[in-house]
Amino acid sequence: MTDTTSLFPKYAKSRPFVARHPSVLIFLVCLALFTLGVTILSEGFGIGVISTSFIKTLGKTLCLCLVALAMDLVWGYTGILSLGHMAFFGIGGYAIGMWLMYARTEIIVVQSLAAAPLPPTPQEISDGIATQIFGVVGASEFPPIWAFAHSLPLQLAAVVLVPGLLALVFGWLAFRSRVTGVYLSILTQAMTLALSLYLFQNDSGLRGNNGLSGLQNLPGLDAVPQDTVSMWFLWASAAALGLGYVFAAWTVSGKFGSVLRAIRDNEARVRFLGYSVEAYKLFIFTVTAIIAAIAGALYYPQAGIINPAEIAPIASIYLAVWVAIGGRGRLYGAVIGAAFVSLLSTWFTGGQAPDINLGVYTVQWVDWWTILLGLSFVAVTLFAPKGIGGILDLLEQRRSPDRHGADLGPDAGALREKEADT
Amino acid sequence: MSSLLEVSGVSVSFDGFKAINNLTFQIGEAEMRAVIGPNGAGKTTFMDIVTGKTRPDEGRVLWGEKSQSLLSMSESQIARAGVGRKFQRPTVFEDQTVAENLMLAIKKNRSPFAVLNFRATRADQEKVAELADEIGLLAALERKSGELSHGQKQWLEIGMLLAQDPRLLLVDEPAAGMTPAEREHTTDILVEAAKTRAVVVVEHDMEFVRRLNCKVTVLHEGSVLAEGSIDHVTSDQSVIEVYLGR
Amino acid sequence: MSVFRRFCTALLSALLILVALPLAAQTADAPIQRLLQDHAEIIAKSSRRTIGPAIDALGASDLAQAQTVLEKWQAKEMWFNKDTGLFVYAEEIDRKTIRAFDFDDGSEIGEFDDKGFKQLKPNSGIRGLIGAALVQFQLKNPDPTVRAAALDSIERDADATHLLALRAVRDGETDAALAMRIDRLERLLTIRFADTDAERIAAITSFEGDLGVDVRAALNPLVATVVDAAAALPEDADVLRTVTPGTDLLPAAQAYEILVAGGLAPPRISRADQKAALIDNIQGTTVAGIEVASLDAQDARDLAYAALVRQGAVEEAATDADVARALEAHVFFERLVGGAPPVALAAQAVLDGIEAKVAVNQSIDLGLDALSLASIYFLAAIGLAITFGVMGVINMAHGEFIMMGAYTGYVVQLFVPDYTLSILLAIPLAFAVTFGAGVAMERLVIRRLYHRPLETLLATFGISIALQQLAKNIFGTQARPLTAPGWLDGSLVFNDIVSISYIRIAIFVLALLFLALFLIVMNRTRLGLEVRAVTQNPRMAASMGINPDRINMLTFGFGSGIAGIAGVAIGLYAKVTSEMGADYIVQSFMTVVVGGVGNIWGTLLGVTMVGTLQKGIEWLNPSNTLAAQTYMILFIILFIQFRPRGIIALKGRAVEA
Repeated sequence: MTDTTSLFPKYAKSRPFVARHPSVLIFLVCLALFTLGVTILSEGFGIGVISTSFIKTLGKTLCLCLVALAMDLVWGYTGILSLGHMAFFGIGGYAIGMWLMYARTEIIVVQSLAAAPLPPTPQEISDGIATQIFGVVGASEFPPIWAFAHSLPLQLAAVVLVPGLLALVFGWLAFRSRVTGVYLSILTQAMTLALSLYLFQNDSGLRGNNGLSGLQNLPGLDAVPQDTVSMWFLWASAAALGLGYVFAAWTVSGKFGSVLRAIRDNEARVRFLGYSVEAYKLFIFTVTAIIAAIAGALYYPQAGIINPAEIAPIASIYLAVWVAIGGRGRLYGAVIGAAFVSLLSTWFTGGQAPDINLGVYTVQWVDWWTILLGLSFVAVTLFAPKGIGGILDLLEQRRSPDRHGADLGPDAGALREKEADT
Repeated sequence: MSSLLEVSGVSVSFDGFKAINNLTFQIGEAEMRAVIGPNGAGKTTFMDIVTGKTRPDEGRVLWGEKSQSLLSMSESQIARAGVGRKFQRPTVFEDQTVAENLMLAIKKNRSPFAVLNFRATRADQEKVAELADEIGLLAALERKSGELSHGQKQWLEIGMLLAQDPRLLLVDEPAAGMTPAEREHTTDILVEAAKTRAVVVVEHDMEFVRRLNCKVTVLHEGSVLAEGSIDHVTSDQSVIEVYLGR
Repeated sequence: MSVFRRFCTALLSALLILVALPLAAQTADAPIQRLLQDHAEIIAKSSRRTIGPAIDALGASDLAQAQTVLEKWQAKEMWFNKDTGLFVYAEEIDRKTIRAFDFDDGSEIGEFDDKGFKQLKPNSGIRGLIGAALVQFQLKNPDPTVRAAALDSIERDADATHLLALRAVRDGETDAALAMRIDRLERLLTIRFADTDAERIAAITSFEGDLGVDVRAALNPLVATVVDAAAALPEDADVLRTVTPGTDLLPAAQAYEILVAGGLAPPRISRADQKAALIDNIQGTTVAGIEVASLDAQDARDLAYAALVRQGAVEEAATDADVARALEAHVFFERLVGGAPPVALAAQAVLDGIEAKVAVNQSIDLGLDALSLASIYFLAAIGLAITFGVMGVINMAHGEFIMMGAYTGYVVQLFVPDYTLSILLAIPLAFAVTFGAGVAMERLVIRRLYHRPLETLLATFGISIALQQLAKNIFGTQARPLTAPGWLDGSLVFNDIVSISYIRIAIFVLALLFLALFLIVMNRTRLGLEVRAVTQNPRMAASMGINPDRINMLTFGFGSGIAGIAGVAIGLYAKVTSEMGADYIVQSFMTVVVGGVGNIWGTLLGVTMVGTLQKGIEWLNPSNTLAAQTYMILFIILFIQFRPRGIIALKGRAVEA
């Protein structure tokens, strides 16, 4: 009673946020060191040990870490196994890709029309761009969704608003009708499937299965070599990841995080405490959708191409795989998982991994990596539900809490049986 | 005495089985009430209806001075209106510390944005400490509640209920799994609470009910069989038949 | 003209010979020969343009020999004697000698040096005309297959003469089926070729309500219209109705083009032409005194063009205001061009009737399509109805079990060439393989994850991607065939619109069998009883001597095994690829959820709804099955919002768990 402040370090106002959460500081330092190291080793700004294509891989990996962070917030902390966050990631990519493609094509078209005897009218320029972009799907007119493609600020707004609104509407419908657990997962998966099937159509207005391409070229910056551009994007991705991490840590650290974890572990009980569970879920679902979209908007200019296959439900499931392998319910776990698995995947599928000759049969990793990943995922789920993060726990000699009677695994179903008996 | 909660003519059935049949129940502003009844009498379903978990097929549930209908409100709205509930089995958030559990329950603005910006004031912290002291968990504030014993979890749940500062407490078998000394303490807390608010206790243990020394409502097959003092209902022939006599 | 000259000499010499020594062997005055001689000139000339009368005359004659003449002529076996001018048919004995026969009685005339004869070589156009004329003879042929072939050829390519030929044989046909065909064909040709409108209208009305494609093909040209324009609406009978320009039926631009084409208004200039005209008139840095650099907007270009017009450098083009005025000043109307107005109107009336009937039949066909799609979804979903619906285990690898079943069928067909036998073998084998896989999965993975559904979802998903890749590694990425037995080929045809393939019927029957199997196993067997006991209360069931582990394992195996059999059926209908299961898995889960988890009738309703819906959307937007799937999934998402527990919802405490 005398010294209450020391009883609740979590809620104390007096000390700065980072000081209260040393892990955030450690993460930021690691990220800064990594970025600095890569910069020094890069071709664009350093001694050229790391190739530009690998810089791009690293930059993309940072974006994947960011979306994994969003997934961890929504799944690891709130217990919503969303199989739709890679769809939001893709929407972000499409939104920025539309501007990149439009602006670059505009420059090319204007250049080619400049040689004509008459200066081009706006209509001619627009027709020229439309023919360039949509010729591949047999159209020559701009679909209505390209209305803002000419404007970077508007498309940047779309990166945030379109996935945000989609998540808001979808989440409102789903949470309002109390769809939870696997049903919600299937529903989000269906949403993702519907979106990717829609984008696969030629008349979707987004070039069908061709997707958007040439996104690595920044309009008006043709003179800047890719060595440099790739570093810009790496820095931007690192900055976004850093900000995202601080935001996520801030969100889950205080009472809000407490409510989220409470929802994950026993949704009904949280309702009886007077919290509107739906509002919290909707908030976290929408915010993480926006984070995913921002990650996508940074990822696809580095990848150079986006097509509907990137949005297929399997991508979102892989996202869940990364987070599970890294360790749910802890932010650094998501980052480690995404980085580890996606880099490993690049290594194996890129043909760099040495084949294993068994005499009668040669294991080619390009073919067998997916099987290894699938099985190791089963193994992680069965034997190490805490993922790689759990290994760190062992290193820190931290004991896991003794949860009498309850299953391990922070998901809604964990306490299903118990709830049934009340 | 104006009534705080007024349940009238409520019925609900599950797949043809009438769990609650034309139930009528009233409780005043600062009143203690014990609800007893054999298994399947509808005690838990009655609480489910009041807290919004189950929607009745017919009937009215009115709340407060303005006679607001609880039927059109969600669970969380009902809770915010001032109905607190303690479950039969203690359901605390085992992955979180005792302090976090209490802080979740403490009466504050519950909207996501307010919670996002929430920083505990000195008063909040003192309130939590005070409650922890009352339920004997002051030393365990920073322990994960999953590590607590069954009885401690019961206490924590009672503490959370008090932290909510509800106008109506619905308490389902609060004394289960407690030592006699703890039971006594529970009784004290409930009696103390009933001075300023309404308390409904569902309990099997007759001794415990007797100690509460309040009006008793006997439920049977989803409706009220008898109501009155403990001595009155225990001498009621029909009650003896359905409940005690068997 | 050498042919003609030679012909004249021949004719002349023939006359001379006729006079001098009449050929004993050939009867020059036989009726057929006379007929040929009447047209000798054009027959010998052999030109597509002029040959008509000769063939018509042969066709119209009732001479029995006319058919022989036509056949021989068509086969390039008709010759004519350069000396006598008489026509014979002949066969070449060697390069120089021919053996000639008389048309009249087929008697041999003798062997001749071919120098005295000229072979008639009709070109393909003429041979076509001859063929058409021959049809009427074929129609009278005693062999019914020849008559049927003749009808086929008329159906392919009819002309007016066939009408007469058909009428000639209509009453005499003895074969009932052929008589019906002749009657139908006669009426169809009447519509096309009859002389009087009354006849044609009678024929048209005789087809009322007929669903045949041929009828619509015959009627549609009659009701063809073109849009025309005039200052005032003409009183002509062929004017069907007025149309307003600027509507969907007649966009304003198209309406104006009609005016331009009709010479009723000056043409507009296209932007490209305008640009070209401006470029042509660039002088230095200006066009008509306007700086070229300022012509970067359409308004500026219009002004520059107008300036050019004032200078007289280019022709005046209609402005937007002119166009609006011209459209205002004219009436646009549809004119019947397919036939006389009364005929066209009669045809329209009959067509309307047919369309209505077609619509009804199309709905029936659509219903059958939907039913068969629903059966396929049901096959894919019924295994899930057991593992997910009854047991509550979410198995994302269910689709891969379907795939395993299909590949089992494929492998069996590699070893057993007989398709019927191989399918009969494949069904139990597929069940065994996927039953085993299901049991193994239950024991190794799912058992450890009961009550952790989200983790079950993820673990089974891991198995799913591993199995998919494994199938790719073993069988490659290309689709593998699973061939249905021959007796499943073809369709059950009700009429020209409604038909259903036997394989779909088989799948429907299989779906019904599965439903029956499910109901029997769950409601009538010990296993079903124990399964229900275990799912409702495992602890209680265990205390009554049921081994819940064993029951869960068997149930899961049963559900997986059914998925294997479904895989064989789906493989017959679709292609066998490593991704075939993934194509169905989301929809399958949706149907189970939509129907109401834990209730087979709900699943049945769910698949029916989803199947009908998908076919319905496809019908509205036939070119785009992707769109149909998209909208269907969106609909399901919305549906679940309003009935989160499905069509048939379980109520009560059990659901709260």
